[in-house]
Amino acid sequence: MSDNLPEVPETEVPQTPIARQGMFGAHDTGDTSGYGGLVVRRAPELSTPRPFGGYFDALVDTLDLDDAIERVVVDRGELTLHVKRERLVEVLRKLRDDADLRFELSLGVTGVHYPHLQGEELHSVVHLASITHNTRVRVETWAPDADPHIPSTVAVYPTHDWHEREAYDFFGIVYDGHPALTRIMMPDDWDGHPQRKDYPLGGIPVEYRGATIPAPDERRSYA
Amino acid sequence: MSTGYDEATEGKVYSVSGGDWDEVVTSARDSEEERLVINMGPQHPSTHGVLRLVLTLDGETVTEARGVIGYLHTGIEKNMEYRTWTQGTTFVTRMDYLAPIFNETAYCMGVEKLLGITDQVPARAQAIRVMMMELNRIASHLVAMGTFGMELGATTPFLFGYRDRELIMDLFEYITGLRMNHAYVRPGGVSVDLPAGAVDKVGEFLKEMPKRIKDVRKLLDENPVYVRRTRDVGYLDLTGCMAMGVTGPILRAAGLPWDLRKSQPYSGYETYDFEVATERGCDVYSRYLVRMKEMEESLKIIEQALDRIAGPLKGKPVMIEDKKIGWPAQLALGPDGLGNSPDHIAHIMSSSMEALIHHFKLVTEGFRVPAGQAYASIESPKGELGAYVVSDGGTRPYRVHFREPSFTNLQAFPAMTEGGQVADVIAAVASIDPVMGGVDR
Repeated sequence: MSDNLPEVPETEVPQTPIARQGMFGAHDTGDTSGYGGLVVRRAPELSTPRPFGGYFDALVDTLDLDDAIERVVVDRGELTLHVKRERLVEVLRKLRDDADLRFELSLGVTGVHYPHLQGEELHSVVHLASITHNTRVRVETWAPDADPHIPSTVAVYPTHDWHEREAYDFFGIVYDGHPALTRIMMPDDWDGHPQRKDYPLGGIPVEYRGATIPAPDERRSYA
Repeated sequence: MSTGYDEATEGKVYSVSGGDWDEVVTSARDSEEERLVINMGPQHPSTHGVLRLVLTLDGETVTEARGVIGYLHTGIEKNMEYRTWTQGTTFVTRMDYLAPIFNETAYCMGVEKLLGITDQVPARAQAIRVMMMELNRIASHLVAMGTFGMELGATTPFLFGYRDRELIMDLFEYITGLRMNHAYVRPGGVSVDLPAGAVDKVGEFLKEMPKRIKDVRKLLDENPVYVRRTRDVGYLDLTGCMAMGVTGPILRAAGLPWDLRKSQPYSGYETYDFEVATERGCDVYSRYLVRMKEMEESLKIIEQALDRIAGPLKGKPVMIEDKKIGWPAQLALGPDGLGNSPDHIAHIMSSSMEALIHHFKLVTEGFRVPAGQAYASIESPKGELGAYVVSDGGTRPYRVHFREPSFTNLQAFPAMTEGGQVADVIAAVASIDPVMGGVDR
């Protein structure tokens, strides 16, 4: 290269949360497993700035518990409040009881396991609907794998009874204060929590009347 | 007769299998115990599939009722994380197997919301979805009504229900190829357009069905035995419904006209003319009336949807135009009995290498869905069916959870039955219309 060319300044390219190459990701090995080409650099930690639009601003203002809410996300027309777990019951109670909020109907609790989010691996998600105002909100709270405790909200929404048992069964989230936190889908003596990401699909020996059927991947050897 | 006695930790255990009940009755009468705990299920003809009920009785009165579920858990939500987004419809259709079209539609609406293509789903696909959903609603309600009659000891409603449902099963078989587990609704539209003659067949059905519904009404509406077994039984008022998260016909039988087709319309329901059925009885009989009314309203919706499908939307696409998402949907029946698209095959096999690669990638690897989470809910025959879908940006769901109305509503049966008669437990559970495939997933 000759020396009389202008120097190209090195600019910092802001990284998008997820690197993507076209709609189909594979560009080297032609891997069809579905994971080719996707590079997750960091979790899409979003926090939506105001105004949120629609009834969302009024809802967050009426709730008026900004210190309990870690962040507010508005995505695809849905409002998500990320609430600190120690304040969860208080937030839900206010969402239910305040005359301008009135989220009478809870659509249940479920869990999501994000092993890559250190310190907040286990998420517990509640969907609420207000029949009075015809509004919806999602309340998300989290706990680290090392301390999987989230306060139970059965006292606020009795319908959470079975839902929290299901989230406990599948993810191992311990809902403190639940009246009877036992497994609901899996047998009582089951080991592990099947919907966690570190729990394999299949691979669990099946017992039937003394006979043990090996895991699918161990049943036959072609070697 | 095998009557086993067993001194367990908490009193005497009777296990009965067939034969003469006198021995058991005498023994129970002589017992000092006031309280009798009985186990029903999980294999019992009137527990609606593999549901197990544990009832504590004081004489004929139920003092405590507990449901035990999980006998039909199949790990559908876990399995979906290992398949592409499109393959997910094949799983969800098996959840509530009496309302497969609803499961598929809720799931696909969730995926479409994540993809941001809700507005791009063609109008014809939406109308077909609506028509199929309403047909399915009638089929589901007919089973609810029929099994309900049988569980109370009357076989005629059961025969009526299944005979009439057969009409809808035939339509489904004609349109989707399968009676159940259709996987017909796909992200972006529906898997295949209506076959020739489908409009006429649905038209004939619309002529026939009102008569059939009238027959059922004639049989049950004012049947004194039926009314006495159902009126003021399984009472759950609005407060109870809200606390227990109960939706669907049970909630509407408590007087609240809450129907997502009206309150938060989807798939173009705001453009259809129909009414929300409500009753004020809060009891089993009101739930029956709500279901009957809903069937009649569904017929109205089907008629309107059919007019659009046969009229202004004739020949319009049934799958999203975006080639990166939509599978070929203009299929024809091949000599092997399978649906195929000869034009598409000719295109990918002989004229365009790129199209072949694209088709291969789309089908084997699947499309990518931008990271995020979405919740889509629809009014299924049992109540609010919600699909909570989470994507990490890949070609497979990161997590899919279904807010199953059967699961949530079943929780409320102790509230309906405790303090009542043991015979009314059956009526109350049947009026919830739980489908265990949906409860346990």
